[in-house]
Amino acid sequence: MSTTAQELDARGLNCPLPILRAKKALNGLQHGEVLHVRATDPGAVKDFDAFCKQTGNELVSSEQTGGEYVFQIRKN
Amino acid sequence: MSNVAELSSNRLPQDLIQKHGSALDAWFDERFAKKLKEVEESKTPSLAIIATKGTMDWAYPLFILASTASALGWDVSVFFTFYGLELLKKKLNLQVSPLGNPGMPMKMPFGPKWFQGINWNIPNAVMASVPGFEKLATGLMKKTVKNNGVASIQELRDVCVEAGVNLVACQMTVDLFGYTHDDFIPEVKDWIGAASFLPVAQQSDVCLFI
Repeated sequence: MSTTAQELDARGLNCPLPILRAKKALNGLQHGEVLHVRATDPGAVKDFDAFCKQTGNELVSSEQTGGEYVFQIRKN
Repeated sequence: MSNVAELSSNRLPQDLIQKHGSALDAWFDERFAKKLKEVEESKTPSLAIIATKGTMDWAYPLFILASTASALGWDVSVFFTFYGLELLKKKLNLQVSPLGNPGMPMKMPFGPKWFQGINWNIPNAVMASVPGFEKLATGLMKKTVKNNGVASIQELRDVCVEAGVNLVACQMTVDLFGYTHDDFIPEVKDWIGAASFLPVAQQSDVCLFI
């Protein structure tokens, strides 16, 4: 069971801000903690996938609800 | 004894090769591929950018790529030369010119959607002769950027500085255009020439000229 350690509201922000903000937020987390990101930029779906692959953080979930995208990233 | 001698001269004994040659090849290939993968995976990717333009439309791709690469954990170096030095000024005052820039759409960032969708095809002769046209275009671009939740150049540059991107500037350009180091942000790590940056570019995985 993963509990969210921090929420990041990246709604209304466009590429590459959601990634940059997420990176900053992850810096403040401990290993294993989960960052919950909400975004509206459709490009964020592929970007977060690539970001997690590259940085070794785990993309626990990537979902679309309404016009929003929700990501859960576990810090490695 | 003779085996040792042969091994020490980087040759395997003939009988060993004859007996197990293909197995040795296969072993080596497998081992080599594995090692290579290990080396590649443990390597931090690097990006080197040569920034030569000092307008807003050229600054965006540069700072977006540099800041994103730093967020991905890459080592990033940017060499600012010629007009690119404008991007390191303490006070950013970047303009964008639609004149002689036919790829740039001229759209209005306000009003109803149909109105915002119109691309105003303004002839170069008009753009060139109307005073303040560049200021107007810059204002419109800034408004468009803001409306769309795109970061400002200042914000992206701050991210680069915070992430420790290696920002280096061309000393020759500083002399050429009569600048002083004091005109630029103190985070400029070094004042160098082409001969110093090319080896950095050579070692990088990705090198871009913007």
